[in-house]
Parts: sequence; C-alpha cells; structure tokens
Amino acid sequence: MNQTRKVVLRFPHESADQPLVCELALRFGLVFNILRASISPHREGLMVLELVGDTEKQEKGLAFLRDKGLDIEPLSQDIRKIERRCYHCGACVGVCPTGALYLDQKNYQVYFDENRCIACEFCVQSCPTHAMEALI
Amino acid sequence: MEVKSLEETLRTYDEINRRIENGEAVVITAEEVIELVAEKGVSRAAREIDVVTTGTFGIMCSSGAFFNIGHSKPRMKILEATLNGVPAYGGLAAVDLFIGATQPAKDDPLNKVHPGEFKYGGGHVIQDLVAGKSVLLEANGYGTECYPRKKLETWIALQELNQAYLFNPRNAYQNYNVAVNLSDKPIYTYMGMLLPNLGNAGFSSAGQLSPLLNDPFYQTIGVGTRIFLGGGAGFVAWQGTQHDPGIERSERGLPLGGAGTIAVIGDLKGMHSDWLWGISMRGYGCSLALGLGIPIPVVNENVMFYCAVQDGDILAPVVDYSKAYPNGTGEILGYVSYRDLRSGTITLEGKEVPTSSLSSYSKAREVALLLKKWIQQGRFSLNRPVESLPGSESGITFRNLTERPVKFSTEEVGG
Repeated sequence: MNQTRKVVLRFPHESADQPLVCELALRFGLVFNILRASISPHREGLMVLELVGDTEKQEKGLAFLRDKGLDIEPLSQDIRKIERRCYHCGACVGVCPTGALYLDQKNYQVYFDENRCIACEFCVQSCPTHAMEALI
Repeated sequence: MEVKSLEETLRTYDEINRRIENGEAVVITAEEVIELVAEKGVSRAAREIDVVTTGTFGIMCSSGAFFNIGHSKPRMKILEATLNGVPAYGGLAAVDLFIGATQPAKDDPLNKVHPGEFKYGGGHVIQDLVAGKSVLLEANGYGTECYPRKKLETWIALQELNQAYLFNPRNAYQNYNVAVNLSDKPIYTYMGMLLPNLGNAGFSSAGQLSPLLNDPFYQTIGVGTRIFLGGGAGFVAWQGTQHDPGIERSERGLPLGGAGTIAVIGDLKGMHSDWLWGISMRGYGCSLALGLGIPIPVVNENVMFYCAVQDGDILAPVVDYSKAYPNGTGEILGYVSYRDLRSGTITLEGKEVPTSSLSSYSKAREVALLLKKWIQQGRFSLNRPVESLPGSESGITFRNLTERPVKFSTEEVGG
C-alpha cells in the first residue's frame, strides 16, 4: 500500500553529522521531500520530511533511523490550532503556502487541515491570539 | 402619478420603539437585507423592515478604559501605575486611571529582537478584567499633605471598581486600506505579516456588515446612538479621531478608503470577554480586538437603499506597506472589492494574491445576529442621535502633520 505522510525527525547531537537520511533512498528505495531542515554538526538537529511510497518500506526506513538514535513523530502533532483562542479572522489564511489553513466560504470560520501542513510556522507568526502553536 | 420622495418618513423612532416594546419589530441583519432587497426592491423592503442591524469585529487600536479604583487608607494620589505590569496613565484625579489598548508591558523587549512578540499589553489587561480575573495594581505617588501614601500594591477586579468604562477614541473605520508588501523581505505590520513580492494582502473591514458602510452619510448614526459594544450596550460619544468624511466616494456614496470613524463609550461591567480580546501583532505591538454593532432604523427608503450595500459595491485602496505607507506618500496601487477580498484571492499587477482578513467576518455576523435578537426581545431600544456626525459638507478633513522647525536659539528658550 502506498501512502504520503509527513514526519518530524530529531537528531541527537552525536548523529547530526552522519549521512542517514540518504539511506532512506539508497537502502529502502523511498522517495522523500525535505520540507524543512536545521542541521549542524555536533548539535541537535531537526528535519521535516514528506515520505512517499510503500507503507512497509517507510516503516522499515523509519525503524532504521530510530535504531540510529533519531526521535520520530508524525508532523500533525507538532503544529496545533487551539480552538478556544481562535476568533476566525483569517490572518493565517493568506500566509499559509499550502492551503492547510482555510476560511470556509459559508460560515467564514478558519479550519486547519493537518495533512497539508508543512510546518513553515507562518501561521504561528501571524496569529494575533496565539491560537497556532508549534511544538517543533 | 404621485412621485414619492425617498426621504418620506415611513416610521418614526418612537413608532419603532413602540413596536420593539410590543415585541412586534421586524429586524433583519445587514447581510440578510441584501437578499430581501434583491427580491422585493428597496421600496417594499423599506416598508416591511423596521430595523437593520450591523456588526463588526476587529482590531481597533484606538481603544482604552478609564476606571476609578476607590481610595486607600491613608489616601494616595497616583503618579505612576501598572496593571499586570502594563503602565496605566494616572495624570487624572487621585485614583482615576486610564489604560490604552496598545500599551506594552513595562518589561516587554519590544522590537529589540525583531519581530517582537508583544505577548501582553493593555488590551490583554482589559480582557482579563472583563473575564473577572484579578489584576495586580502597583502604584506610586510623591506624597502630599492630602494624599500622603507613596506606594500601593494590591489585586483589583472589575466588579470592585467604582466606575470602569471603555472609551475608544476611534473605532469602526468606514472602509480601510488593503496592505501589501512590494519589497523582497517579509514585513510585520499592524495589518499583519506581509509576505514579500505581493505574497499576500491584509485587509480589515466587515464590508457589507460594517456599521458606517451601511449608513455612508451618517443619516441615523450620530452622537448618542445606542450601540452594541463588547457584548454590552454603549453609545457613540463623538466623531472618532481621524474622521474624514470628505474623501472621494463612489456613485453609491461609498468612500474609496478610510473615511468616517466614531468614538464610543460603554460600561465595562456589562461587557463579555467573548467580545474583547487582547491581541499581539508580531513586530508591531499589542492591541484590542472588539465587537461593535449599530442598529439602523429604517425611517425612509433612502436608509434602506444604503443598507442594501454588498461587498461587491465596496472598493478598498491597495497600499504598499513596505514603502508608500511608512513614508506617507499616499500612493495607491489600485482598488479591489470586498467580494474579491473575501473570496480568498485578488488579482494585482497580473498576479493572484491570497488575502488575509484581520477582522472576523463570522464574529461580525454574530454581533449583528445578537443585536437583532436583543431588539426582537425588547431588550434594546433605538434613539435619535443628539447631534449628527460631521458629513462631507463639514469641511472636516484628515490633515497630516506639518512639522515646524524647532530653533534652539537662546532668545526662543528665554535664556
């Protein structure tokens, strides 16, 4: 079965300088898209990956990275919309590059589609009421 | 054939109020009225409807609150005060204070690391007070024979204050700029985060629901008009600061940019924190977002004609906030309608530009619906203004500052 999913990889400082992510392609034949990366030698690093392809291969690839000490979480848990803080203005909508945040054209409420989020955090910066939270 | 004037009185304020008292008033929102007029025409709609309710919910920086905390023993004349660390103004009588919506906390790092976060300010203090939370008051004075106390630290809460009222020098702008960024870097403005190279466009008006766009010539909205303010009742106190009724208008009489404004007042104790939100604009500052609604009595057909305004009729000027706005050049890139703005994208210089609304249309709609309900239930009556807002004939315009050079000669400083 094929699926597309986004994951957040956290590198411990000792493995930040190792070529690990390329192994996903070389060993496991996975196609991936790096959405965001902040990696420096000897420091804790962070990478947001979009993985495309066979679910089984993805699981094997991610298990390999876990063995190497990486912490892996699905992206959707890292950008959150806190509903009680949102008054549905739409300040976030125009800066969201993927349409993950959108205004319903009937009730004019703002909705968040986690699956389309690439964690650019423009919404976090633009929200006047701190309703968008990044845990990355 | 008899020609009837559009100005012919269909019902008086007294007649409307009697119908409200008897639970018979026919009330409709400024959004609902659009369809009715399209279906039945202005004349029939005007005969069927007594009141049209408007509403808006957005960030209104020129807002603040006055209050009296009561006298301590011994008494104190407050010189300086903070509320939850946010400076309040004490240059009034001994224990009267004013807090402004955009006042940042005393220890806020501001824009030292740009863009600053401005996490807590005057607007948040007002929201916390209205939510019933206790707020820390720290004050000092210089001591006088009648007011000897010099230091005060105490918790205060809204219901313990003598008077506490919102008094906003400028709210409910009649139309506003659409903000874009022509530079190649993101900028952080009071119109939100603006992405480079026309990456997005910020706008802020309830458009067809907005009070002064439904009464463009201030025929029914004036000084003394009872309004919905922050979830309670308030009044129009005066023309707002920067009131600029004379700006160019469309054929329908709608101003082609920020025009009329109102100063409003209302009892904080009757308000609700659902309608007053402290906000933080990254890189700009803090402020207050609030809900405001005004009922429009359909006293003649003319009033109904203006209430039927739709987003497609209202044009807003597009301004570059990277250069034209900060430098005050007055340059306008073009005009776009609120219908396009609300659709999510506008076309500018051949480019599809996504829009960011800073005011909440869904909350504006809620304000108009709530006000409609109050009037239907007989809880809110209408009144004739005690004085009209200055119109385009008044000659009142919004002037920019003309700076006069300051010469530091010994003569002028009297040395």
